[in-house]
Amino acid sequence: MDAILEMRGITKTFPGVNALDNVNLVVRRGEIHAIVGENGAGKSTLMKVLSGVYPHGSYDGQIIYQGEERHFRTIADSEKLGIIIIHQELALVPQLSIAENVFLGNEQARYGVIDWLAVMSRTKALLATVGLDEPPETLVTHLGVGKQQLVEIAKALSKEVKLLILDEPTASLNESDSNVLLELLLAFQAQGITSILISHKLNEISKVADSITVLRDGATVESFDCRAEPISEDRIIRNMVGRALDDRYPKREPAIGAVLFEVRNWSVDHHRHAGRQVVKNIDLHIRRGEIVGLAGLMGAGRTEFAMSLFGRAYGRNISGTATLDGEPVDLSSIPKAIGHGIAYATEDRKHLGLVLGSSIMHNISLANLDGIARHTVIDDGRESRVANDYRRQLKIRSADILQIAGNLSGGNQQKVVLSKWLYADPRLLILDEPTRGIDIGAKYEIYTIINRLADEGKGVLMISSEMPELLGVCDRIYVMNEGRLVAEMDRAEASQEKIMRSIVKAGEMAS
Amino acid sequence: MSVKLTADSRPPRQPVKPSMRGHLREYGMILSLAVIVIFFEKMTNGALLLPLNLTNLVLQNSYIVIMALGMLLVIVAGHIDLSVGSVAGFIGAMAAVLMVQFHLNFIATSVLCLIAGGAIGAAQGYWIAFFKIPSFIVTLAGMLVFRGLCLVVLAGQSIGPFPPTFQKLSSGFLPDLVTGSKLNVTSLALTIVLTIAVIGLGLRNRIRRQRNGVAQDSALFFGLKIGVMAIIILGLGYLLSSYRGLPNVLVIMIVLIALYSFVTLRTTIGRRIYALGGNEKAAKLSGIKTERLAFLTFVNMGVLSALAGLIFAARLNTATPKAGTSFELDVIAACFIGGASASGGVGKVTGAVIGAFVMGIMNNGMSIVGVGIDWQQVIKGLVLLAAVCFDVYNRNRS
Repeated sequence: MDAILEMRGITKTFPGVNALDNVNLVVRRGEIHAIVGENGAGKSTLMKVLSGVYPHGSYDGQIIYQGEERHFRTIADSEKLGIIIIHQELALVPQLSIAENVFLGNEQARYGVIDWLAVMSRTKALLATVGLDEPPETLVTHLGVGKQQLVEIAKALSKEVKLLILDEPTASLNESDSNVLLELLLAFQAQGITSILISHKLNEISKVADSITVLRDGATVESFDCRAEPISEDRIIRNMVGRALDDRYPKREPAIGAVLFEVRNWSVDHHRHAGRQVVKNIDLHIRRGEIVGLAGLMGAGRTEFAMSLFGRAYGRNISGTATLDGEPVDLSSIPKAIGHGIAYATEDRKHLGLVLGSSIMHNISLANLDGIARHTVIDDGRESRVANDYRRQLKIRSADILQIAGNLSGGNQQKVVLSKWLYADPRLLILDEPTRGIDIGAKYEIYTIINRLADEGKGVLMISSEMPELLGVCDRIYVMNEGRLVAEMDRAEASQEKIMRSIVKAGEMAS
Repeated sequence: MSVKLTADSRPPRQPVKPSMRGHLREYGMILSLAVIVIFFEKMTNGALLLPLNLTNLVLQNSYIVIMALGMLLVIVAGHIDLSVGSVAGFIGAMAAVLMVQFHLNFIATSVLCLIAGGAIGAAQGYWIAFFKIPSFIVTLAGMLVFRGLCLVVLAGQSIGPFPPTFQKLSSGFLPDLVTGSKLNVTSLALTIVLTIAVIGLGLRNRIRRQRNGVAQDSALFFGLKIGVMAIIILGLGYLLSSYRGLPNVLVIMIVLIALYSFVTLRTTIGRRIYALGGNEKAAKLSGIKTERLAFLTFVNMGVLSALAGLIFAARLNTATPKAGTSFELDVIAACFIGGASASGGVGKVTGAVIGAFVMGIMNNGMSIVGVGIDWQQVIKGLVLLAAVCFDVYNRNRS
């Protein structure tokens, strides 16, 4: 099989950093080629070089595409030749319809007048190809993330794609949506479309990839051909991090105490539609020193449940009782919830977790300003001591505590969010997808922090869509589906199959 | 994603020292103010910094500076207030009616007016903070409403003159306790005290930062900075003292500037306002009562608008229906020239003050040089655009 794309000796430097150092990549026609590597390994930079975001001349090395050396100066140059990239952060306009988004910048128009009939029929055909059952007039804002991803792919298909690049397409998708997407990639492959898949999720890669290239610190470490020999995940991980990860989850001897927090009959309505329950009669408890997992598919109502506990940050018509140490507790506002020692670290770091334009130091102290102030006057000495302390303890990698939070990598941002809540000194910590979009090394560090919190006698409620993570970290797991708790299992008896089965069974019973 | 990071636990690096480029960004505003001062000093053949003109500059710009302090908080919180000019005009009219027609004394009038200002701010802030109506719209309505009410209260006429005690608010000077000297000794002494306070605070901050291992300027740069600041304060104080001393308004202004600098930099409420403007949702989820905070910034703005209205009325010695027209533009421009971000979360009190003086000195300098009011507006508009462009350019580069 011949190569559709060859990148030779790509080197790209930014002031002070060598982002790519002599990277070589060969993608054969018609294959699904996975690129793996930790955050900051240079995967996205490499794709930006390929697609012309970094124009020819701003890097060294050669790009040979379809047998010719190419000098892309803009994204339009590479798109013209069928190289389409779908970025990690979706580039859709929420207030426009699916059809308008699919043909954005590529409108089906004659003399500037849009031919809506053509637009609609072509969109319908494209949506059928990607398996999205929605009318083309639907506004994108009404779609979930999984469906939005499919719209992006439909948009790519509308442009005669030959080489499709997906940058962490499943990062924000749940398991079933991810599977749909992977199936789709295989279907495209059957039609002769070559794909490059950038991902953190090794199980997905082993499912679909024909070959794998591992990047580390801006250099190619190894390329595997999966068809020649089966590749073990351990081998890939070893290549990614440059050392063996004996165990992806740190060991811990749980010391579980009395019940710390308990909710009974907790129900919540949708924040805009009163009467539409998204959380239904939940009974749940968390003991001291216990890490409790909350599993479920996306849309199961886990985040809504957690946020409604946290000072009614979500929902309306919230009913039910909550007790802390056996005493009824008033959680009617966020300051009250924090005051009672409850913390909620959000899944959406950028929009809900951090003030991105502020320094690490200011973010860490934000939830407990009284702790660094006397009579409302901030003691900046104490503030910088606190920030330095957490930076060291949680190994936040930054120039110093005055670095702007928006310039940190995902893992380090997550550590800042955790620092903020640790400094608020909670008794119960609710972590919503604490490792989303974070590389394996940083994940391990986050797990270690979570374990340490439990060892200090705090209760932890951890929401995650990655089942192996829940199984690896939690002492007990609740499973949530369509607003209800459908199962509860101890670590010893829990397994991925069991969790999945309880979700499916609940779905069958409901229908 | 483009920065290399390895998974091994690398020890935290040593704090880096701020670069020259960082300095340029931080002090760019002061540098441009200096350039403008020197430019007009040359163009006016030294008239700009004559003690008389310097005193005028302070008097002419005091109300803009005072409103800019409130506007900065509003802008940092992520909002805007277009009504400040109308509110200032309305409060001036109210003061005139109370003092001239009802013969209320000046203290009672001032207190009532400040309370009214706060109430106006509260009325607007209520819709903005609790009903989530965009501040642009609420205060646009307020701009019309209070301009109209100003006309109603004055019945379309000018009302004046004010009692002499009230005029002192704007045209008075600190009395000299030592008589017989050509210089105003009290004013000079106060200037020296202020200089010492600035140096002392600078040193204290430096020592604290050093103790906590936070990055800071080199000793040379710090010395230079403090030295230049001391010379400027002393120089201006001396010039003012050689005329009639420190104007009362200047004292009010300095106290307010110090207060608002302190509040924004060192108090929890200041920090919360920055967090609110930087990311409202994150601030709310961190336990900050964002609605109440936004409400309070508007109450504060109302009080400061009222104070500015009083000062402006006292300065003209009459309340006119036109008083305060287009003040909001100067005030907002001052904040943006001073580096505040239109999207909230960024801005400094000192920046807004400098911005106000950039505008003020240009007004004053161009008037002395004889540039017509038409071209003055063109030039001021271009300077505003240039200042913000420079700031955005710098931010993108870093």
